[in-house]
Amino acid sequence: MRNVTHKLILEDLTCRFDDLTVCDGINLSVDSGEMICLIGASGSGKSTLLRCINLLEPIDSGHIWLDGEDIAIPGLDPKPYRKRIGIVFQSFNLFPHMSVMQNICLAPKRVLNASVADTKAKALELLEKFGLQDKANEYPDRLSGGQQQRVAIVRALAMQPEIMLLDEITSALDPELVGEVLEVVKALKEQDMTIVLATHEMSFAREVADRVCFLDGGKILETATPEEMFTNPREARTREFLHRIL
Amino acid sequence: MSQLSPRKRYEQQERRRSLLIATVSLLAVCATLYYLVPKAPGWESVKRSFFNWPILEKTFPTLLKAFLWDIAIFAWSLPLIMVLALIIALCRNVRTPALFPLRVFGALYTDIFRGVPTILLVYLIGFGIPGLGLARPWNSPYLWGTVALVLTYSAYVAEVLRSGIESVHKSQRSASESLGLTEADTMRFVILPQAIRRQVPAMMNFVIALQKDVALLSFIGPVELLRQANVYKSLMANFTPYIGAAIIFLCVTIPATRYADYLLAQQRSVRT
Repeated sequence: MRNVTHKLILEDLTCRFDDLTVCDGINLSVDSGEMICLIGASGSGKSTLLRCINLLEPIDSGHIWLDGEDIAIPGLDPKPYRKRIGIVFQSFNLFPHMSVMQNICLAPKRVLNASVADTKAKALELLEKFGLQDKANEYPDRLSGGQQQRVAIVRALAMQPEIMLLDEITSALDPELVGEVLEVVKALKEQDMTIVLATHEMSFAREVADRVCFLDGGKILETATPEEMFTNPREARTREFLHRIL
Repeated sequence: MSQLSPRKRYEQQERRRSLLIATVSLLAVCATLYYLVPKAPGWESVKRSFFNWPILEKTFPTLLKAFLWDIAIFAWSLPLIMVLALIIALCRNVRTPALFPLRVFGALYTDIFRGVPTILLVYLIGFGIPGLGLARPWNSPYLWGTVALVLTYSAYVAEVLRSGIESVHKSQRSASESLGLTEADTMRFVILPQAIRRQVPAMMNFVIALQKDVALLSFIGPVELLRQANVYKSLMANFTPYIGAAIIFLCVTIPATRYADYLLAQQRSVRT
């Protein structure tokens, strides 16, 4: 046990796909209740980094400390840690053969062994909070992209995770649906959820992030407050990237 | 009646025209056959030995009764096939190294039982195993015939299921595992239900084929429809009972085939 000062610490995290080094010695510490935004071009390693934290991709070297415990030791069972870290994907990945309610209740029932009544009550509470209470019995294909993504967030929240990883959750949405999903993220932040968000929504990052990290070629080139990052970035690469997209 | 739009009127005209042409051409073909076939030199004898109404009338009730055996064999084979196919498909899908032998078993199983003609397997098992001198009821051809059918068909259905499992996008597995579900739960609640739903139409084709292949058991003893027809053929020196048997099979397989087509069409229209 060490590194208990932060909720989550990534230490020298490296992840390779064959010859391609996707995450190249990432160092980052995240405090409880902090919101980190990862920005950077496609292919800069944002998504892979999030998948590594959720232990969906095995890392090649380095450490992931969760509450001072290294959770990325090869051979360690990832399941107990995964249920503490929620992840939401760009493409929603709802289970198409299950209703909204079944989507949300599956994991609490099977993983946390929660009672059916309890899970349902909590799920309804969450759905209500995000304005989805009348969609509980719908199937995913009957929902809009924004609604599906909000359900996906509720599904992750139903496991009562300590950290939420959000992987470009608005990138697959029609522009007019982005707002409703970002509202949900804001609400999470106000409840002091620890959040790591990969995003292309720069104005949103600027508005809500505590710190912004710029990734390039699998490295964190620069970490700064949103104010600094968007007004006075240190690195030339960052300036170039921001210039290109803003 | 309201005025039709020019497009609707044109389409209606076209529809009527096609219908007319189709009807005329069908009638022409039927008339030609009706006129030509009886001109064939052997027609009278063929008519007597294949399309003999009095013989059909006399044998049909017993044929129908024999068909009950086909239904019974089909009915108890089908659930066994589904269960065994599921087990084999899951075997082929295990990733744990300790269970590697299961994977090999699954692969060998599908290779062997898909590779051997069904009739050969029916002979080998249906004659071979009772040949061990087993006591009743363990020497029943019904039992070993069923085993042969189950072995063959479960190999085919297992492959259908396996390709269904592989067709479920890997992001579904990611989503499920990211929630902390075990691999077994992921398979049971997320992957398999989607895989099976997708493959229902493909499996229907094997169900239809099974309905017919039950007749292969006639070669090893059970007096089911084909065997019964065979008995009558020898008894009456007439092939009409075979026509009767064919009619009975068609009465079942045609609706089943149409139903499978309907399922496929429906699936194409919903998209998963």
